[in-house]
Formats: sequence, C-alpha cells, structure tokens
Amino acid sequence: MTDFEKYKKERERWEAERQTKSKDRPGKFMTTSSVPIDHLYGPENVQDIDFFKDVGYPGEYPYTRGIHYNMYRGRLWTMRQFAGFGTAHDTNQRFKYLLENGQTGLSVAFDLPTLMGRDSDDPLSHGEVGVCGVAIDSLADMEVLFDGIPLDKVSTSMTINSPAAILLAFYICVGEKQGVPQEKLMGTLQNDILKEYIAQKEFIFPPEPSMKLVVDTVEYCTRHVPKWNTISISGYHIREAGSTAVQELAFTLADGFAYVDSCIEAGLDVDEFAPRFSFFFNSHLDFFEEIAKFRAARKIWARHMRERYGAKNERSWKLRFHTQTAGCSLTGQQPENNIVRTAFEALAAVLGGTQSLHTNSLDETWALPTEKAAKIALRTQQIIAHEIGVINTPDPLAGSYFVERLTKDMEQAAEEYFQKINDFGGVIPAIKQGFFQREIAKAARQYQDEIERKERIIVGVNAYREPDEKLEIPILRIDDKVEKAQVARVKALKEKRDNTKVRQTLDRLREAAAANENVMPYLIDCAHAYCTIGEMINTLKEVYGTWTEEPVF
Amino acid sequence: MTLNPEKLLNDFETGSKRALARLISLIENNGKLADDVRDALYQKSGRAYRIGFTGPPGAGKSTLVNQITKAYRQQGKTVGIIAVDPTSPFTGGALLGDRVRMNDLTLDDGVFIRSMATRGSLGGLSTKAQEVADILDAFGKDIIIYETVGVGQSELDIVEAADTTVVVLVPESGDSVQAMKAGLMEIADIFVMNKADREGADRAIRELSAILHLREARDWQPPIVKCVAVKQEGINDLLTAIDRHYCYLQEHHLLEEKRRERFVQSVHSLVSTRLKNEFWDERARRILEQHIAGLDQRKTSPYRAAQQLIDHFKQSLAKQ
Amino acid sequence: MDRKIRVLVAKPGLDGHDRGAKVIASALRDAGFEVIYSGLHQTPEQIVEIALQEDVDVIGISILSGAHMTLFPRIMELMQEKGLDDVLLTGGGIIPPEDAEKLEAMGTGKIFGPGSSTQDIIQYIREWAESREQTETK
Repeated sequence: MTDFEKYKKERERWEAERQTKSKDRPGKFMTTSSVPIDHLYGPENVQDIDFFKDVGYPGEYPYTRGIHYNMYRGRLWTMRQFAGFGTAHDTNQRFKYLLENGQTGLSVAFDLPTLMGRDSDDPLSHGEVGVCGVAIDSLADMEVLFDGIPLDKVSTSMTINSPAAILLAFYICVGEKQGVPQEKLMGTLQNDILKEYIAQKEFIFPPEPSMKLVVDTVEYCTRHVPKWNTISISGYHIREAGSTAVQELAFTLADGFAYVDSCIEAGLDVDEFAPRFSFFFNSHLDFFEEIAKFRAARKIWARHMRERYGAKNERSWKLRFHTQTAGCSLTGQQPENNIVRTAFEALAAVLGGTQSLHTNSLDETWALPTEKAAKIALRTQQIIAHEIGVINTPDPLAGSYFVERLTKDMEQAAEEYFQKINDFGGVIPAIKQGFFQREIAKAARQYQDEIERKERIIVGVNAYREPDEKLEIPILRIDDKVEKAQVARVKALKEKRDNTKVRQTLDRLREAAAANENVMPYLIDCAHAYCTIGEMINTLKEVYGTWTEEPVF
Repeated sequence: MTLNPEKLLNDFETGSKRALARLISLIENNGKLADDVRDALYQKSGRAYRIGFTGPPGAGKSTLVNQITKAYRQQGKTVGIIAVDPTSPFTGGALLGDRVRMNDLTLDDGVFIRSMATRGSLGGLSTKAQEVADILDAFGKDIIIYETVGVGQSELDIVEAADTTVVVLVPESGDSVQAMKAGLMEIADIFVMNKADREGADRAIRELSAILHLREARDWQPPIVKCVAVKQEGINDLLTAIDRHYCYLQEHHLLEEKRRERFVQSVHSLVSTRLKNEFWDERARRILEQHIAGLDQRKTSPYRAAQQLIDHFKQSLAKQ
Repeated sequence: MDRKIRVLVAKPGLDGHDRGAKVIASALRDAGFEVIYSGLHQTPEQIVEIALQEDVDVIGISILSGAHMTLFPRIMELMQEKGLDDVLLTGGGIIPPEDAEKLEAMGTGKIFGPGSSTQDIIQYIREWAESREQTETK
C-alpha cells in the first residue's frame, strides 16, 4: 500500500467516525470569497503538491515562501501610511509628523479633482477640493507638499493613475529644485490604469492611449529614474469593488502581464523594466485565504516571468508587494472593533510576506482618519512587528495542509481566469466587453446577499448590534476654507506665471502626443512652466479623447 | 405636481418638460387619460420623422444614437429618444442604463430622452412606444429615435413601426447569422457595421452583403454603413443613408403608407386591449373559475369555456 | 393603473466608487422597481434633469467622496427649481450621522450609512410610495 492509499483509507475511516460522533453547527463553512472549506485537511489533500516545485525556500524561485532569504529577520516591512488632505501645506505637516513617529516612507493620497485631472477651480471639483486627499494643481503645490523633506532620503509612493505621468513630472521637478538628480529619486507611482477601468473608475482617456501613457512613464524611468517603481499593479481596488480573493489575484496578475506585453511591444527588454514593477494587494478578513493569495501571487508571477517571458534577471521574477488592509471590511457600527479587524488583516499580510503595509484607521467608514486613529493604526503594525513573534521565521505557515491546499487552488483558479481573459483577446478587450466589471458586480452582490441572509455574520452589522448606538468617535472635518484657499491659489498662479511659456509648452505637448512620441519630457517642460494638471490633461484629451463605460450589473 | 390631465395638457402646451414626462408615465401606466386629451395630443403629432435602432446586445447602439443625435442637433433639429430595455420576467423590475452613453445630451434643451421597460405587456408595448413617440412628436421634436435590443418580437415591432429602421451589427463572428435568425435582416432599411475598426470588419461586411444578395431583388436595397461610433466615424455616412431612405419613401409615397399602417396597427391594438378590459368583468372571471373547478372530471373544455364567455359578453352588451 | 416605482440611482461628483450604487441598483430591480442608472461623474444639474425626463419617483444618490454636504443641497435646490416637489431624494455612502441628520433636517429623505441592508432601503422606498399614494387619493 502506498502512503497515499494509506492516508486515503484512514481518512475514510475518520470521516465515518466523524459523521457518527459529531455534528456541525448549521450554516455554511466558507471563506470570505464564498469558497467552501472542507472538514479537515491532511496529507491526502496535498498529494499534487511538490515541495521543490510548489513550495521551495524563501529567497529562491518560485518564491512561494517569500522573496528574501531572511525575510523580516533581515529587515521589517515598510510601514507606509497613506495620508493626504486639505492643502499641500496641511499634508506637509502630517508627513513631517508621521516621519517623526517612526514611519519610514511617505504615501500621498490626492483629492478627487487631482485624481481626475481637474483643477481646483473646475466646476466639477466643487465640494471635493482637498476632501479625500491633498489638492495638487501645479508644481507650485508640489513644492509646498515636499518642503523640508529630502527627496534623496525619503521614498514616496503616489497613488495616482490617469494623471500619473504628470505627477511624476512634478516630482522630478521638485527633486531638481532641491538639488536631487532624478537618478536618485526613490518611490512608487501607482500608474495602474487597467484597474481603473476594471474597478476604481477614475479613468479619463480610452484604454489604448492610457496604456500608451503608462508605457511612456516606464520607458522614461527605465532610462532616467532607475530607482523608481514605475507601476504598482493593484488588486486593492478590485477587491474593494467587491471581487473575491481569486478574482483579485487573477485580474491583478493579468493586468501585470498586460503591462509586460505592452512594454515589450514598445521595444523594451523585459529585464530592464520588470524589476521596477511592484504590486499592491488588499488584505481582507479571511486569514488563511489571504495568506494563500499572497503566496500564490508570488509563485504565479515568478513562473510566468521566467517561463513565459523568458526573463533572466531574478529581480524580474520576484513579486514585491505593498498591502493595505480592507477598507470595505470595516463597519460604521461600533467602529472601535475595526482596530481588531485591521490587526488580523495586517497579520495576514505579514504572514503572507508583504514588503510594505498600510493599516486602516478605525474611523474610515465615516471620514478620513483623525491623527489619533491613524496613530493607533500605525501602532498596530509596530505591535505585530515587535511583540507577537511572527517575524522570527519566514513563511511560518508553509507545510500546513490547509494553507498549501488553498495556495494551490488559488493558483489553479487564477490560471482558469487567465484563459478566459485570453479568450476575450486580452485585458483591454475584456474590459470593453465588461467581463471584469460583471464578475466583480456579481461577487459584490453575492457578498451583500449573504450578509442580509445572515449566512455571513458581521459583528455589529447583522449580529451583536447595539440599537441605540451613538457614534462616539471624533470625525475629521475638512474645512471648506480649504477649497476657497486652493481655488484662489490656482487662480493667482494662472495670472502671475509666464502664460506665453504655458501656451508654448502645451502646444508642444499636443504635438508630441499626436505624433505618438514619449510625452514625459514634454510634461516635465509643462510642469516647469507651471502649467496646471487640468491644462495638461485637457490638452491630452484633445488628442486622445475621453472614455465612458457601459455599465454592467 | 398634480396629475390632473387637463392641467398637464395646458403645461405641455406651454412647453413644460415636466408635463411631457408625466404624460408619458400616464401612457406607460395605462393611467386614466381621457380620450379627448389623447385626441388633442394625437392631432398635434404627425410631423416628426421616426428612426428605429436595433441590434444585438453590445453592438454600440446607444453610442451611435448619441452621435447621430448630436449630428441632428448641429442641423438645428430637436430630438426625442425612447430607449427600451427588457423587464425581468422573474421580478418585474428593470435596469435601464442606456442613458449612460448619452449623458452629454442630458442638458441639451433640444433633446428629451426617456427610458422605457418592456413590462412584459402582451403586444401592447409597440402601441405604447408609438404613443410615447406621438407625445414627443406633439411636443415638437423633429426626430424621434427608438432604441431597442433586437431580441424579442415585441422589441422588433417597435422599430419596425419607424419610418427608417437601422440594424446595428458588429464584426464579431456569426453576428450576421445571429441577426438573420433573430429576424433582423428582414426589417432593416439600413445596416450599420459598428466598431468597423475591429479585426474582421471587412469580412463581416462581405458576409452580410452575400446574405443580402441571396434575397429577391427589391426596390430599396439596404446599404451597409461602416461606423466607429466611439470615434465619431461614419456618422455623416449614416445621416446620408437615412436621408436617402427618407427620399425613397417620399418618392414612392411609402411614408403615408407607413403612417396608415401605424394607424391601423394602433387601432387594432387599442381595440383588442379595450375589448379585453371590458370582456373580463367580474362575472366572466367567475365563469372561468367554474370551468377550472370542473377540470378534474373533464367536464369542460377550453372550447366550451370560451363559447360560454363570449355568449355572456354578448348578453351583457345587449343589456346595455 | 399599473404603476411601477421608478428610481434613479445616481453617482454625482468625481467619485467612481460604484460598488454600492450597483448592488443597490440590482437589488432594487430584483424588488420589481424600474431603475434608471445615471452612470458616473454626473453633475447635480444632470441628475435632476434625468430625474425630470424619466419622471422618477425616487432619486437615490451614492456619495463616498465626502462631498455630500455640497452635492445634496445643490440637488435639492435644483429639484425645487424644476418642480420635482413630490420626488423622494434619498441616498447613502460615507456620510457621518451628524451630517445625515443635517441633511434630513434640510428635507432629504432618509440617509443610509455604511452597513445598511438593501432590504431596509427597499422597504423604506415602498413605504414612502404607499404613503404618497394615500395622500394622492385623498
């Protein structure tokens, strides 16, 4: 009798015993993504998993167990809290406060007008200036945002997509003014336009010219800003929009492959640009499912980069990722409980081998975090790092029958999605036919229905409620003076700058876009001339057009 | 705002869009609207040119309607759009999302867009859509556009009632075959091959013209217009094709014929709806119940039940 | 009369987070309502004009961007201007209770916060429609 036969036989015996001697509670046993979970996992569940091929060692291909040999024994993850609100000056103060409190990198949240490429004095910006993040209209604001922060020492992550190339141009200009050459700039641009069409919906141009802008930034950075992480391929927003864990994994990696394809098509060598791609995942409530997702992500990326794209550089194989805990998992009810949710999610990210982490604040279902709430969130990470002993050995859950099974299942399910996407003709055709959007909308609806049928219990929402609950936490208010001040500031700028130069640089940008040149150098010229984001985006709209999505439900 | 029809009609005559919208709801809901109000509205109509757009889901009809409307607006014409989407047969609800593609028309005073759900009405949909078109016509719109997914017969009836019917296809393989199965080939006055910048567009056009050539020759051969609606390409060609069809209808006096047909169809449909409403009174429903009760022993048959119901109806008419 | 409740589900402002709007829209459809979806990035002017042309009974707004204290009052103002005085304006999103109370005091319908169930929203709209019908028939 082989070992497997023995395991199987024993398992059958045990199943029979279990069924006579125990009874499950009523209800479904499933993950947050509605994947059913078996009673028990044992050797019989991992027969198709090969230790060397599927698991291996940390720091080595296929990196299932982490991309570094020593993981957190070498260096802790970067505790990077996303921040930004009000004017550039307000956010500059918060940045300095965070750096003084032990944060090791900056992460800029922009307001919606900036994310959508509109100036603060645009009529559609009314009510949104400085509310969800910091308002940036031009280089002048960017200079204030990084005032007193040395760009050669601090790395900056910028969450920006449609106008990403413009913000990068601003950053390069600020560096120049501080005397820091672009070769020395460190940071990350989110610059992941595909997930905007799939999930977050902050798109401006149609998919093809948007993709061209992404490739322009990659090409420019490959040549001139070598330490810059050019795209942070993001599953975070896909998950927040309601996807399952597998969908997050599959759609994000598919996006990643689409960027690789486009950059290769533009004539770049895979090993030139792929090492500067990074990823950004969500960490949701289902502890084991999330850990399996992170492990599977590394393995799939490594395999495709090596086997499919023929990358030679090990750094092209390594999937580095930032994690943010799931905003959509937080509740408005009894918000203090969110500290606990976030802690578990953060722990899953750490056990999943994340390179950097943002922990959400307890008050985020109601508003942007207060300083106190943001501090508790940061402290949560510090407690995980220093007090609970999870950093002592890399990938401590490897070898768990359950976790290895989940990891393999995730990988297989992702491959099935890649096939489907391929059948559509790739990511952009699938976007245009609403494939991702429909899958996500269906999953979001299912999750909501499960909560309403109480198949899924959310503490404080559909169980353990406190009917007379009063919200007792302070709420951060953005003064509407911010908008008035910022509107006045951009109006004043438009008067006092050299408007001839503005027109000239914008004209050259238009010509370059129409001629299909790399627009980065032209955007840098526009930035130096203090053109605003709105002016640059509108110039590009003339060439590229705009995009409206066909809604699917 | 009051639902008083006379007041609505007054407001309507002074150009109130709110009154227009409310009158459309009354039609849709089979609401009480006196025939003299309907008469007044009908007499004002008859000026507008009616164009129907149909085709398989995802063919880009809304985008095309958006573009063609803008083109008409540039010519100074006003446009009314009726976008029909199916009602879910299971829940009775509907999700109407066609406007999303036409959002830049929302604030144009010369355009009025109304989304309509099919509501599973038995053959009444086409009449209702025509009534809504009549109201938009009476309101002064120069062009009325119907947009429906070409899936069911009732949707096809709507567009067929238009003066010009445009069938929108995309190059996806087998689209024209599907269209033929769905009966779209027979009703088209104009074909649009939308998304013509996609791979396979020329092949799809060849396939389509091959199918068209197999048919008997007719006076009007439907042209195939290549468009890329999202890039505003081919819109002028489509306008020209519609104008040519209009001239053709004029020359052959077919416009009057179409209008007569629509009139006859409306009368037929109204008579049958009204008859049905009068027919199924309290007593008729009871007669049917009795027959159902006798069904177990096969003491009845549908024929016998129907005849008894008709006899009852005739008697009640005689009493009146 | 075969009246259907018609609801406009609208996303004003620059915020593209449409998860909630879409879940609500499909739940309302399943409850038998006719749902008109506005699409993203609509101005208050567009939203009110759509509501007018579509003769909806209810406008449901989803805002997660924090701009609710600007957008809701503007929509109310335009509704008054255009005579949509018997249309229910309701909505939800990331709206702190204090702001929800202020908006309700200004005359909006109920504002639904995070964690609201679609069934509660459906019931709320049904009850509102019933009570309106009663006042109409009086």
